[in-house]
Amino acid sequence: MLNQNLPFMILATLSVFSALMVVLSRKPVHSVLYLIFCFFTIGGHYLLLNAQFLFAVHIIVYAGAIMVLFLFTLMFINLNKELEPHKTNLVKAAATIVAGTLLLVMVSTVTDTGNILPTQVSQNEVGTVAVLGKKLYGDYVLPFELTSILLLAAMVGAVMIGKKNTES
Amino acid sequence: MNSILSVVPIEYYLGLSVILFTIGVMGVLFRRNAIIVFMCIELMLNAVNLLLTAFSTLHGEAGGQVMVFFIMAVAAAEVAVGLAILVMIYNNLRTVDIKEMNKLKW
Repeated sequence: MLNQNLPFMILATLSVFSALMVVLSRKPVHSVLYLIFCFFTIGGHYLLLNAQFLFAVHIIVYAGAIMVLFLFTLMFINLNKELEPHKTNLVKAAATIVAGTLLLVMVSTVTDTGNILPTQVSQNEVGTVAVLGKKLYGDYVLPFELTSILLLAAMVGAVMIGKKNTES
Repeated sequence: MNSILSVVPIEYYLGLSVILFTIGVMGVLFRRNAIIVFMCIELMLNAVNLLLTAFSTLHGEAGGQVMVFFIMAVAAAEVAVGLAILVMIYNNLRTVDIKEMNKLKW
């Protein structure tokens, strides 16, 4: 039992560790690198869950696009110095307490819902490109097309915000 | 083909997602660098994505994974616009400290 759990346990430990390091490391570039690592471990979870399509999309979108954007912005702004202001210890303690309380609330909610979970795992193959492609272009074709409009709007918006204001 | 869920109970994935989400919330409250606040928001989105995928596999229902796909698209759009805004804020204020971004506060 423990041996079969081992891949999940290793990946989960790495995920939590790297997520914590995102928050706690002092240099922003280190945070970004830990976040990339965290995304790769979450991709590993997708593989364990038989979601191959999501694994590929996750790696391409997050590690390929979003993280490059973050790193590019960070190097553009050049914040890689340690004199970044930190919050006072009071605010840090308050943040930790709030997060811990939230964790407590969510864990207690989850443990209360234990008996409505299905007891046996479905044997359907849902994570493959074939199944998800049929779903995406069948039931979800309208949201899928709207997503492309959203991405276009985001692209235009980013260019409009980012360009130099030439009139003034 | 058996997935990992036949040996790992779904509660473990619930726990992992809750922990990752809480770390994201803590980061948003904890840090003053706006870029890191953005990264913590990504972390929270990923925690939810992971849980959606786990339940989608558990139920054998592809809708959950389609939702994860849409969440990823929205996250990409959000990051593109958000980082553009941050770069403009940096150009104007020469800082990305969220303490300084209080012009709209009162």
